[in-house]
Amino acid sequence: MLNISGIHEGFVLDHIQAGMSFQIYHDLKLDKLDCTVAIIKNARSNKMGKKDIIKVECPIEALDLDILGFIDHNITVNVVKGDRIVEKRALTLPKEVKNVIKCKNPRCITSVEQELDQIFLLTDPLKEVYRCKYCEEKYINPARRQK
Amino acid sequence: MRHLISPLDFSVEELERLLNLANDIENNPDKYADACKRKKLATCFYEPSTRTRLSFEAAMLNLGGSVLGFAGADSSSAAKGESVSDTIRVISSYADICAIRHPKEGAALVAASKSEIPVINAGDGGHQHPTQTLTDLLTIRSLKGRLDNLTIGLCGDLKFGRTVHSLIHALVRYENVRFVLISPEELRIPEYIREDVLKAKGVEFQEVERLEDAIGSLDALYMTRVQKERFFNEEDYIRLKDFYVLNKAKLSLAKDDMLILHPLPRVNEIAVEVDDDPRAVYFKQAKYGVYVRMALILTLLNIEV
Repeated sequence: MLNISGIHEGFVLDHIQAGMSFQIYHDLKLDKLDCTVAIIKNARSNKMGKKDIIKVECPIEALDLDILGFIDHNITVNVVKGDRIVEKRALTLPKEVKNVIKCKNPRCITSVEQELDQIFLLTDPLKEVYRCKYCEEKYINPARRQK
Repeated sequence: MRHLISPLDFSVEELERLLNLANDIENNPDKYADACKRKKLATCFYEPSTRTRLSFEAAMLNLGGSVLGFAGADSSSAAKGESVSDTIRVISSYADICAIRHPKEGAALVAASKSEIPVINAGDGGHQHPTQTLTDLLTIRSLKGRLDNLTIGLCGDLKFGRTVHSLIHALVRYENVRFVLISPEELRIPEYIREDVLKAKGVEFQEVERLEDAIGSLDALYMTRVQKERFFNEEDYIRLKDFYVLNKAKLSLAKDDMLILHPLPRVNEIAVEVDDDPRAVYFKQAKYGVYVRMALILTLLNIEV
């Protein structure tokens, strides 16, 4: 049994789809934070079979919930203060994501225009479809869970 | 400040006003002859286009304004690596309104976001060509007297034809418009138009392979070209290509007042023998293109006559 100590103040991201933790680590820019981060891969889960967990010891304001909601809004965000969970935050799909994904359409203006932000807009919340703001190329999150 | 980037940028009511203005221009051209005196239109065409560019230039000249611009990326600062954002900022100092055509999808939206003058999308790659859609709507409305209660046939390459997609988007906003989609299996309408636009809005439509099977029920027939390079094998192309050529024999099955439209250029999909038929309105359509661009320039510049 692997033991990872609890955190005093920070957050625990639970129910991450197995294998997605490193993408989340990078997308949340956790590598840039000067704090303790524990990544647990392939933990046993009754609900999911296997899951990943990320524990971060840092101020909760450092977390960009919009990006996390975009990656997978089924992730559970537990806020820890004084060694105990004080809040569970719900994630929603953000209406707009900036510079998280890149448009893959080679005919899109973003492929040539310098310094242009990569912006995707939520066009179908039910099917979780995002489209490039410029060329309307469709993007469906590969981490989207079967419901 | 308003721009025109997508055919849906105008509401149905705004479109009504624009098309009314275009008809007034058609009927009273002298009234508008000096409406844009001392105003300049910049035509920034990063890829070749004869028809659209000349139509914009004719529109501005008819309004008494002047025109400046470039035709082709080779003769512009883009060849030196300048971004669209920088170019439009500079053009904003030279002209009062700009029409931009660019091979990259979304280029006009980028231009609009940095521009200090109204921007008109004159085609951004295979994405949008809103002034063609306005032209099509004005042609149908002027010659049919309405945009609702119509059966519209769209024939040819329905998969890649951006003019067809934009026209469907624009027409589903009107009551009781039915579509007959005539194309080979390989060039059927994309799934997102079928599911997200037609079915989602409960619009009546049918898909057929042969023009003869559908032409009798149509109020307007919108022809597009079936290109050989769109097919996987030559056999299919040879088998199907004549289904999508409109000639006198097929036209004899149509209603007496059916309109034949085409975004042009026509290659061989409408036989020359059809040109003299009163139902062939594709050259008139080019004329309506000038009127609607005149109305658009006046609208975006907030000029009332």
